[in-house]
Order: sequence, then structure tokens, then C-alpha cells
Amino acid sequence: MTAGSIHAAAGPAGDFHAAALRRDHWRERLGLAGLAAPALLLVAVTMLLPVGWLFSLSFLDDGGALSLANYRRMLAEPSYTRTFVTTFEISLATTAICILLGYPLAYFLSQLPRRIANLCMIAVLLPFWTSLLVRTYAWLVLLQRSGLVNSWGMKLGLWSEPLQLVHNTGGTLVGMVHIMLPFLVLPLYGTMRAIDRNLLRAAASLGSTPAHGFRTVFFPLSLPGLTAGASLVFVLCLGFYVTPAMLGGGKVTMVSNRIANDIELFFNWGAASALGVVLLVITLVVLVLAARLSRGADLFGTGH
Amino acid sequence: MPSQPTMPTRPALALVIGLGLLSAAPAWAQELTVVSFGGSYQEGQSKALFQPAAKALGIKIKEETYSSIADLRLKVKAGAVTWDVVASGSGSAARAGAEGILEKLDYKVIDTSSFLPGTAQDYCVGGDVFSTVMAWNTKTYGQNGPQSWADFWDVKKFPGKRSYRKSVAGALEPALMADGVPADKVYEVLSQPGGIERAIKKIRELKPNIAVWWSSGAQHAQLMKDGEVDMITGWNGRFDVAAKDGAKVAYTFNQGLLDYDCFAVPKGAPHKDLAMKFLAEISKPQYQAEFTKYITYGPTNKKAYDGGAIDAAYAKTLPSHPDNARKQLPIDLDWYIKFEAQASAAYQNMLTE
Repeated sequence: MTAGSIHAAAGPAGDFHAAALRRDHWRERLGLAGLAAPALLLVAVTMLLPVGWLFSLSFLDDGGALSLANYRRMLAEPSYTRTFVTTFEISLATTAICILLGYPLAYFLSQLPRRIANLCMIAVLLPFWTSLLVRTYAWLVLLQRSGLVNSWGMKLGLWSEPLQLVHNTGGTLVGMVHIMLPFLVLPLYGTMRAIDRNLLRAAASLGSTPAHGFRTVFFPLSLPGLTAGASLVFVLCLGFYVTPAMLGGGKVTMVSNRIANDIELFFNWGAASALGVVLLVITLVVLVLAARLSRGADLFGTGH
Repeated sequence: MPSQPTMPTRPALALVIGLGLLSAAPAWAQELTVVSFGGSYQEGQSKALFQPAAKALGIKIKEETYSSIADLRLKVKAGAVTWDVVASGSGSAARAGAEGILEKLDYKVIDTSSFLPGTAQDYCVGGDVFSTVMAWNTKTYGQNGPQSWADFWDVKKFPGKRSYRKSVAGALEPALMADGVPADKVYEVLSQPGGIERAIKKIRELKPNIAVWWSSGAQHAQLMKDGEVDMITGWNGRFDVAAKDGAKVAYTFNQGLLDYDCFAVPKGAPHKDLAMKFLAEISKPQYQAEFTKYITYGPTNKKAYDGGAIDAAYAKTLPSHPDNARKQLPIDLDWYIKFEAQASAAYQNMLTE
């Protein structure tokens, strides 16, 4: 676009050239749109259509008539509200722990020489290359009653009775944080790398202490990365299924688990899709509110 | 398909191929598609039932796997049924039958005269009998594990961690028996107003001692293998397999819940009549006797116990053996059709409290 306008300004004044350039410009746009078309089509076919279909199903009863029965059931049974509360609690807790662990880690990495930082990044990314199921199972093996942590802890005399480390909320959080941490660290690290060191030097030359400089200069500049990472983690957590199912011991029922349960129980996709619709709506509301609160911060990680 | 003398245009070619496929269909009529749950269970079914029956009938069998009756519902509702026979749990089949996505079975073709009472329903014919039993960790209790549901609930006599089912199927009956309801009155009480609440109140009592709510057969077997809990409910065959793998687990059939898996024909199955003949074949005693060699699930056809096809000592370990069946409560499918959704809602409320 910029290139086009420069040429237009530089060329000899003439409608002919301008028109040709405009034509080229449109042709290029069309070409680009053409390139993007397969991906757009894929999104439409695999994402918009099914979601729309599920949305409409949620308003039908067993007989296919229009009805709010699926939504009324959610209000009538307190377990549904509790499931939503659990889902948001677990997702918030996971996001908070990821921030507490991930921010210092990303900061540390961003201060290292690039070559060493890249090596460390591989260590952060390594879990990405292992299946989620395998990682979750690994935690089960480590944390269960006869698991490594308990048997070593007791051998070392740290505790005498096996601790309940898994099959509860704690175990679920451990598993989810482990899986989610890279999603926070990656965008955060990118943002921190891009912060101009000279700004901190300028702050120091104006008499700021390192801590003050960090607080007033570095931290605000790293916020876009933090919000992007944190919202990514939070949204992904909302849809978690495997980890709470395996590490929660049946005590941590998140919306996805409930959807699976309802599909088995009611011979009706609408009952399950209503849950999905409510989760989607609440999530969008939360994201919009979060965006308002952080005054237009980049919630979807599209860069700045 | 005969070769075309001239180069056909593309739509014409498509038409020809389409017609070719259509006309080819009757030639495959002797192929049945059978669907089950996969794993060692289906492997046993394949070796003991499907392949031998196919040979006897002179047909071909195509096997597929599925995860639940929800998959079938989608196919029937879309009018794209490609399955002829599906293996199912008795409860899901009863509900699916009531919903109208299964064909009524032709009991003039399928002989169930020597079946255990109740194991041949309108829409589903029993294939094997399993039991929901109480099992225990022999490292904790030795051979002196719980002998009744009252024992299972007695955390003073049997201190230790429990595991219980996360969904309501087979979860309320033990609670009522632990609460002093005789086995033959369990469904009567559960059908009365307040009956479900009474059972749930009893489970709530045990809840602080329930470390894990299990949701699959693989999971409850693994919990015992890992020694994660001391006492658990679950399906007998899984515990036998786990014990064979070295798990410290034992179980009793006392007050167990007798249930069965069955075979059904989806509504609109492409080869319905052949499917009936196939079901008649695999319901014969010799097939059912053979299947017990793969997993400790008993035959639904009582005749399978005759003639020594099942080793006498081994027969005593099967859930449907008369000595074992006598100690157990058969699952009441009618109750589940009527009350499962309501009971499940109450159960989920208790779980999330």
C-alpha cells in the first residue's frame, strides 16, 4: 500500500498512470484474497458451519421443536452453575500460576544473549512436542499414592503417610500449568525482546533505580505480551477436557467433561450444545470486559 | 463394470461410476458390518463370535469400532446407516430402542429359549453377562475384604480410600443395600418418591472417603494396578485381567449388580434379515462358551454351561454361573429408562457439591 502511494506521488501527473496503479493495486488485493481463500473456506466449513449448527440445535428439544428446555435445565440444576464456576476458577487459577511462573522466566530469557536464550527456549518448547495425553499420564505416575514423589518423600522422611497429590484440584492445576506455560512464555518473551534497552538506560540516566525503571518503563511495555499470553492461556483452559478428567479424580468437573457426560446421558445433541453456547457467550463477555479493563490492550495477540 | 467403447465426458463418467457402485451393492449383500467397542473385548468377540459365525453362514464380516450409542444416533438421524449389527450395553440399547433408532429383533429367527431371564429384550439380544462388583486391594485387607455393601460403607471396620463410579449407572443400588434395603426391594424403593434421594444421601455419607470417582473400565482397572485406592466398585472382568497382570486385587460377587452386553440392529440397517440370522448364530451356546475364554464375562445362554465346553472350575468364576448369579441383583432396565435422567441430575448435583 505504501509502495503504491509513493509511486503514485513520484510518477508524472497523469490519470492514466494513477488508474493503472489503482488497477494493479486491486489486482494484488484480489490475488492476496485468493491466497487466503482456502484458509477462509476451511474456517467457514470446519468452524462456522458446525458452530452455527450446534447453536441452532441447542434450541431444539428431543422432538425437534423449538424450545428452551436445554437452557432451562441448566438453570434448574445447581450442578450446571457449579460446573461453570469450577471451569472459570480452574482457568483463572491456572492463568495466575502461569503468570507467576512465566513472567520471571520470560524476563530472565529476554535478558540472556540471543544464542543462549534460543537454547533455553527449546527447553521451554520441548513439552510442546510431546502428546498432551502422555504428559498428563506422566503427572499421574509421578503424583499418585505409590508414585515417585510420594515414595521418595517418604523414603527421605519428609512425610510418613502418602500425600493426596493427585485426583483433586491441586493435581489438575499442576497438569494444566505444565501444559499451558509455553503459551504464556512465548508471546511474552517476544514482546520483552522487542523492548528497546535504551529506554531503560534513559530511565537510569534520569536517576531511576533499576526496580523503579522496571516498574515504570519495562513492565508497562511488556503488558501487551502479558495480556496476549494470559488471555490465550485462559481461553484454552476453558475448553480443557483430558487433564481434569484424568488428574481431577472425578472431583473437578469442567464444562467439557459435562458436555461429554450429557451426550452420553441425554440422547440429544442439543443438551450438550447448549452448554457449549453458554460457555462461548460467557467467554466472549469475559474477554470483552477484560479488553475494556486493560483499555484496548491486545487481547488476541495480533501484535501492535 | 464393462469397459466403455468411447471416451465418455466427465459427468457421464461420474454417472457411470455411480451406477456401477449402485449395481455393485447387491453383489456385496453377503457382507455384514459389525460394530463393537474395540480393544481386547472386540478382539475376543471377533475370534470367538464374528469370524466363526461368518464362516458358518458363508458371509463376509466387516468390523468397525465405535464409542457410544450417540454415534449410532447420528447415523440413523442422518439416514446414513452403514452398520448391520452393533454391540451395546444393555441400558443404552434399551433407551435407544425406546427412542426408535433400533430394529425390533425377530425372535422367531433368534432362539433365546435357554437364555437367562431378562437378557433378551425387544431390541437387543444378550451376548455376555458381566457384574458390577466390590473389589479390594489385597495388600490392604488380604483376603478378608468387604463382603457386603454395608462393609464397603463401613470406614471403621475397613479404613481406607474408596473409589466409586462417576456416573449414576449402577451407583444407587449399592447405596440402598448398604442402607439396609434388601436386594429384591431396591428398585421398588428407587421408584418411590424420595428413593433416589435416599440413595444419594447414603453416598454423600461416604463421599469424604471417596478418593477417586472413576469414569471408565480401563481407569478402574488401572487404579487397582497402581494401588491408588483400597476399595472400589467396577466390572469383574477388568479386575480379573488386572489381577492376571499382577495387580493386588480381589472381588466378591456378593450383592453384585448383574448386567449384560448385547447386540442390536440399527434402524434401517442395510442387511437387516441377514443380521437377524447372524444374531441367531452367535447366540448359540457353543459360540458363547468360546467367548468366555477371552474374558471372564459369562454366557447369556445357559446351555453354554452344558457339555463341558467351559471348564467346570473356570465356569464358577463367571458372573452368570448359577452359584454366582444367585448372590446378585439383576439390573432393572425399565427403571433406567424411566428414571436415569432424573437420577443422573441428582447425582451430578451431589458430585459437584
